[in-house]
Amino acid sequence: MLSYNINKVNEIILGISRMQYGLNEEQEMIVSTVRNFVEKEIYPHEDLVDRTGEVPKEVAQEIKRKTLELGFYACNFPEEMGCAGLNHLEFALVERELGRGSMALNHFFGRPQNILMACQGDQIDEYLKPALAGEKMDALAMTEPGAGSDIRSMSCTAKRDGGDWVVNGSKHFISGADHADFIIVFIATGEESTPRGIKKKITSFLVDRGTSGFVIRDGYKSVSHRGYKNMILEFTDCRLPNSQVLGEVDGGFDVMNEWLYATRITVATMSVGRARRVFDYALDYAATREQFGQKIGKFQGISFQLADMITEIDAADLLTLAAAKKLDTGGFANREIASAKLFASEVLGKVTDQAIQIYGGMGLMDDLPIERFWRDARVERIWDGTSEIQRHIISRDLLRALGA
Amino acid sequence: MKVIVPVKRVIDYNVKVRVKADGSGVDLTNVKMSMNPFDEIAVEEAIRLREAEKVTEVIAVSIGVKQNQETLRTALAMGADRAILVIASEDVHQDIEPLTVAKLLKEIATEEAANLVLCGKQAIDNDMNATGQMLSALLGWSQATFASELNIEAKNAVVTREVDGGLQSIKVSLPSVITVDLRLNQPRYASLPNIMKAKRKQLDEKVPSDYGVDLTARLSIINTREPETRKAGVKVASVDELLVKLKEEAGVI
Repeated sequence: MLSYNINKVNEIILGISRMQYGLNEEQEMIVSTVRNFVEKEIYPHEDLVDRTGEVPKEVAQEIKRKTLELGFYACNFPEEMGCAGLNHLEFALVERELGRGSMALNHFFGRPQNILMACQGDQIDEYLKPALAGEKMDALAMTEPGAGSDIRSMSCTAKRDGGDWVVNGSKHFISGADHADFIIVFIATGEESTPRGIKKKITSFLVDRGTSGFVIRDGYKSVSHRGYKNMILEFTDCRLPNSQVLGEVDGGFDVMNEWLYATRITVATMSVGRARRVFDYALDYAATREQFGQKIGKFQGISFQLADMITEIDAADLLTLAAAKKLDTGGFANREIASAKLFASEVLGKVTDQAIQIYGGMGLMDDLPIERFWRDARVERIWDGTSEIQRHIISRDLLRALGA
Repeated sequence: MKVIVPVKRVIDYNVKVRVKADGSGVDLTNVKMSMNPFDEIAVEEAIRLREAEKVTEVIAVSIGVKQNQETLRTALAMGADRAILVIASEDVHQDIEPLTVAKLLKEIATEEAANLVLCGKQAIDNDMNATGQMLSALLGWSQATFASELNIEAKNAVVTREVDGGLQSIKVSLPSVITVDLRLNQPRYASLPNIMKAKRKQLDEKVPSDYGVDLTARLSIINTREPETRKAGVKVASVDELLVKLKEEAGVI
């Protein structure tokens, strides 16, 4: 591998923009600590993970151990649960810095699904507490081969049988399921008629790895985020006691709306972090690479691209942090989060593409990480609600209020 | 036993340094600043000593501009117990001379009745490597420089020093000023609970006159310039050609 050392000249720019957000000292320290952690504990393993598609066990355990030791594990959970209780803005800052590093690796900088707060009774000791302590890892399963954006068309079904449920069907694209001890699975438990026709009723279940009739197997090979595997789940007459229901029966959409809409901001924050890292590379290259007897940054064709890149990255950053702030003030931020997710993921797509243009042919070679950032960027416009779904959410939010 | 750890706010080691056009120094406007890495190692060592119950209190001290507060907060977030900031300048470009820093530290160490000063062997901005030694002379304490290993015993400190050609172990009696080298330890990350706690820890602000120390500069910077850029090398076709070049052009053999 070619070792390529980036001088972080644009710390200058980051320094200024950080001040503009009006972060307090603790928040700045959170940013610099997580940044430091990602640079020292995540970056060194990224090439190997991307090349092999696997995270070595020892590396995963080490990242997890250190995250727990530093009190950053599950830092999105409240202080009553023994966690750090970061607010949405602070957690967005953590995830933004994590976004600079590999998804496969930063998965072990544990951030359990906040939907686990819906745990009740024995579920608290069985799932919630071990997840927060890093003893059990979770994953979330919704998507099916026949149900992507149209999630309510899912065909994975649970039928009542005495006090139990019997599940049949499958899920795919389930990130993190390879390392999960249990998975939160959304399953159809009936139908109801709505003004827009017959729709499925959904219930969320906690399903343990190793449950009889439940298989987790390797999924597809994605160009994005190698090593952050997408898995396939298969249910064949899988029997689940009623105590595995998370939230209420047929209340899957309620828990989803209560807990999951805000997690879409993760894609936005991580896209901003990665875009900043890519920009570091592009800026440095423009300032050092010479052609026609001068630095290529002296050519307006390059310098104006850099100007556009940083303007859009800053805009995405501000949009994302503003959405997080709105959540903190108790507002319903569905539209703001959708805007941030839409804009930040599209900015990341543009910025990685422009970075390759600035690097020229070398940007496409896997000796440098630029092509990896470019590949990784593509999925951000698709998962957790495609750009089209985000536009739908944004426009519905505006028009529904006017009765249209 | 109390330990004083002086920390300096310096230009971050990752930043590309730019010399000011008038040669008066390095441009620090809007540049990322961090704790001097050697001082970070000293903070880490002091915290480890406290965890091992060899010392009772870790006091971080910084001398410079108001913004050094951030540097001290970092030390507090790592685990230092409290901090003292001596505001000796309003201009980030003004470097406080080692002798002035040593005089201030002497007063602070005396006032705090500290028994140990752990400091970085040098600051990465001007590489003076002088403050620790001056401080030891002013206090009349023993000194051990470039520590790569440190053991505190009842009344002594056993220090392994990195010297040319190997390692040297010496025993010094306490109180002592010990300057630390790169390989002494790996500084920790600030933990999230400690980051949150840092703001509530005591940080006293002082000025040099509180200690009766005069700031008058004794050194003046005549010029600052960038190092010569390294010229590209040449390829030789054979060992013979290399020998000829070494003899005739480089004149080294």
